[in-house]
Amino acid sequence: MNPFSSGTRLRDMIRAIRACKTAAEERAVVRKECADIRASINENDQDYSHRNLAKLMFIHMLGYPTHFGQMECLKLIASPGFPEKRIGYLGLMLLLDERQEVLMLVTNSLKQDLNHTNQYIVGLALCALGNICSAEMARDLAPEVERLLQFRDPNIRKKAALCSVRIIRKVPDLAENFVNPAAALLKEKHHGVLMTGVQLCTELCKVSIEALEFFRKRCTEALVRTLRDVANSPYSPEYDVAGITDPFLHIRLLKLLRTLGHGDAEASDNMNDILAQVASKTESNKNAGNAILYECVQTIMSIEDNGGLRVLAINILGRFLSNRDNNIRYVALNMLMRAMTVDTQAVQRHRATILECVKDSDASIRKRALELIYLLVNESNVKSLTKELIEYLEVSEEEFKGDLSAKICSIVEKFYPEKNWYIDQMLKVLSEAGNYVKNDVWYALIVVITNAPALHGYSVRALYKAFQTSSEQENLVRVAVWCIGEYGDLLVTNTGMLDLEDTITVTESDAVDVIEIAIKHHLSDVTTKTMALIALLKLSSRFPSCSERIQAMMVQHKGSLFLELQQRSLEFGSIIQKHQNIRPSLVERMPVLDEATFSGRRGGSLPTSVSTSGKASLNIPNGIAKTVAAPLVDLLDLSSDDTPAPTSSSTANLLQDLLGVDSTLSSAEPGNTMQPSKAGADILLDLLSIGTPAPLQNGSNSMNGDLLSTQVNKSPVSSLDTISLPSSVSVQPSLGPPSSMMDLLDGFGLTPPESVTEEKGSEYPPVVAFESGSLKIVFDFSKKPESPQMTNIVATFTNLTPNTFTDFLFQAAVPKFLQLHLDPASSNTLPASGNGTITQTLRVTNSQHGKKALVMRVRIGYKVDGKDASEEGHVNNFPRSL
Amino acid sequence: MIKAVMVMNTQGKPRLAKFYDFQPVEKQQELIRSVFSVLCSRPENVSNFLEADSFFGPESRLVYKHYATLYFVLVFDSSENELAMLDLIQVLVETLDKCFSNVCELDIVFNYSKMQTVLDEIVFGGQVLETSSSEVMKAVEDISKLDAASNSISLVPKSVSGWRGR
Repeated sequence: MNPFSSGTRLRDMIRAIRACKTAAEERAVVRKECADIRASINENDQDYSHRNLAKLMFIHMLGYPTHFGQMECLKLIASPGFPEKRIGYLGLMLLLDERQEVLMLVTNSLKQDLNHTNQYIVGLALCALGNICSAEMARDLAPEVERLLQFRDPNIRKKAALCSVRIIRKVPDLAENFVNPAAALLKEKHHGVLMTGVQLCTELCKVSIEALEFFRKRCTEALVRTLRDVANSPYSPEYDVAGITDPFLHIRLLKLLRTLGHGDAEASDNMNDILAQVASKTESNKNAGNAILYECVQTIMSIEDNGGLRVLAINILGRFLSNRDNNIRYVALNMLMRAMTVDTQAVQRHRATILECVKDSDASIRKRALELIYLLVNESNVKSLTKELIEYLEVSEEEFKGDLSAKICSIVEKFYPEKNWYIDQMLKVLSEAGNYVKNDVWYALIVVITNAPALHGYSVRALYKAFQTSSEQENLVRVAVWCIGEYGDLLVTNTGMLDLEDTITVTESDAVDVIEIAIKHHLSDVTTKTMALIALLKLSSRFPSCSERIQAMMVQHKGSLFLELQQRSLEFGSIIQKHQNIRPSLVERMPVLDEATFSGRRGGSLPTSVSTSGKASLNIPNGIAKTVAAPLVDLLDLSSDDTPAPTSSSTANLLQDLLGVDSTLSSAEPGNTMQPSKAGADILLDLLSIGTPAPLQNGSNSMNGDLLSTQVNKSPVSSLDTISLPSSVSVQPSLGPPSSMMDLLDGFGLTPPESVTEEKGSEYPPVVAFESGSLKIVFDFSKKPESPQMTNIVATFTNLTPNTFTDFLFQAAVPKFLQLHLDPASSNTLPASGNGTITQTLRVTNSQHGKKALVMRVRIGYKVDGKDASEEGHVNNFPRSL
Repeated sequence: MIKAVMVMNTQGKPRLAKFYDFQPVEKQQELIRSVFSVLCSRPENVSNFLEADSFFGPESRLVYKHYATLYFVLVFDSSENELAMLDLIQVLVETLDKCFSNVCELDIVFNYSKMQTVLDEIVFGGQVLETSSSEVMKAVEDISKLDAASNSISLVPKSVSGWRGR
């Protein structure tokens, strides 16, 4: 045979690959080699199969497919020579995995090799088995491996021990066979065998409770003794890692003790002394020593309670924290995090050191320390910790500011002792890292400020000062703009001074300057600018002297490319110009935002009070005031959802303005008209929300709908009167071009009659929703007058076949604008030939009530004579007005 | 349990890769690449640990050491002691150093199967088998001797000097 036929030697191939300059070149070389190897395999060239496989393994490492070499592995394993077997087994471990059926073929070779007279071949077979053993192989070969646990050569014994680990992982039932041989391994003197034996015992304890009990009773004391011997053993260079004798054996022993001591007081008691000894005697200036200490701490933490030892353990972690080695600090923080659940007080003692770690140069340590600090904060230490964290925020790296500020905000929100302090801390965070702060944080700040009337003046002044130094932090700017819009007058007049404040002199035009800077700043986005426009509108009424300047600023945006800005500037402009007489009342201060609802919303859980408050207000006329707050917050929250941000937030703002209308009404006619006019505002809100294209899946919107209809039903006249009367008086005379507000009011004039007519036809004929050869479904409709959006449907199912249906299941699906609730069916067995029916109630809420008709897909599954059957259908013959 | 051992150079070329829970070839390459992309962007003097959840599933951790032109990487689950794993890399490197007397990247490239043997004597199916580098050396040398002895009687002269030839 031509010795050159099978290509190059391995060494030359590696050289050729290394010489490649581009990936394409490398691919070409590998392709050629692979082609040669395939050819050689096809020729059944035994002499080269050894070298071919060596090449294939290298090629495999580089990430090329090598499946065609799999059979070659098996052939090599089956050949008698040691080098062939060796490379064959290497290939087997790298190129195949336990799921491949080819492996079935190798079981027999493995069995032979495990019984081979050459111990190195036995070693190879064990190694392969330990890497790729499947459950089936485990069952077939377990007796061989079990026998090898007593082999004369320690190298084989330790491999057999680890191979057993794999076997019992694959087939836990086999555990009992290994318990006794494993216990025998614990008496070994050879370090390697002892270590693997301990590992096997740990694994046995994991898979079998009997084994755990056995080792706990029989071996705990012996293991403690072994650990003592190892810990006290003189220096042995063989197992030395950086001056510590066999840290791995220490660690394995400690781990097994942990398994035995966990949940068992007696065993835990037995090991207390040795754990204390290891914890206090082990040298901690080397990584290996610290590894032992670390493992020891873990064991102390998980065995049964011994207060003294735990303190010792947490003190070790505290010492770790001041270690210069990053790795040690890293694991200490990890461990302290886990120790929090065991003993918070002990961890608290190391707070100062942990705080230092927040300032570490290593990002992963910082992150961990910060998380730990976050867990350590409570009412008593919140002030000092926040102070430290905020100080660090000022000097921290940019990429850490996001995490850090989020945590500070969360701490402050959770534990603030007084609002004053909360506002201070938030302003500090916003000034330092405002751009990293999430939207809900500054929303929350605004909610808190509105809820603290005594602090309005203080907040707006503090924001004004903060703005002077940190105008590049957009979120700070937004809060400042909002507050100046609302409380600008307090800023100028220095109202509500707190003792700790210094007086500042701010003129009206200074306040407008802030807004002007915000609106002109090149970094400000649409949200900020829209907020600024609203603030300007409000200020135009609060500061009449600046009215003209504000108007000029408004005008600049009437050509804005953003529809939102353009519309606002035009509408607000005309309010300032043409509606001077209603302007002050239009831009009244915002009503207080409901804090509880907001925080509930933030937490992701919609408080039930929101959905019920609408109904509650029906009965209690004075309860209305409460419900007004809720929808407002809902609307504010709408903008915190990640739906198109600018439009939805602007709706909220617009609504806030519109709410100004209703407060005028109430102030114009104080006392008795209070309630209906509030309801008027709700109607306005509702109109607006109907008008917005945003999908109305929000519960609050449908609630508004309820409110609308009920108010119309109960006192349509009064609410219409209160709305239309003042507006016709004050607006109509000055009416030039139709402003958007007028549009809304016009719209209002049209809408109620429509909804009233809908209310009338509450009787609907039943509909055959579905009919097939075997099944008929009839829908009966009913509606409560106070909730036109909701339809109750009683579905009646009739079996048209002579066979009984069992396991009857009706399913329905609706498009997004509908909400569907299915009550349980009356039965799941449908008698044959119409001798009985099943009924099931469905409740459908139509958020586009009056615009879109109901539509539904249905699917019915059942069993006839034990066989599954199903039917599907589309129901679109609902009465139009549902 | 140790999930993977990887050795790669500072250009991201794999020099040794062994996965103890099976991964298909493409996935292996992807993992090597993603680990490398994290490692090469790590600054000096930071800890040697990384959370590897995103590559290797929950609770997995990664420890690496950087020697000259090579990264040695161990991936393992929560049952292993991180600091001990760091020492295990030390054991592996010390052993290689003894094997090749002052190991360098080229030794590893051209002695791929010997690397595998050394590794198999230290980590066995994801468990630590032996931590004494002299014990490992002894076992590896025994195997090499046996290999060379069989080679010399083999008909085809596959190599000139035992291991290095292949």
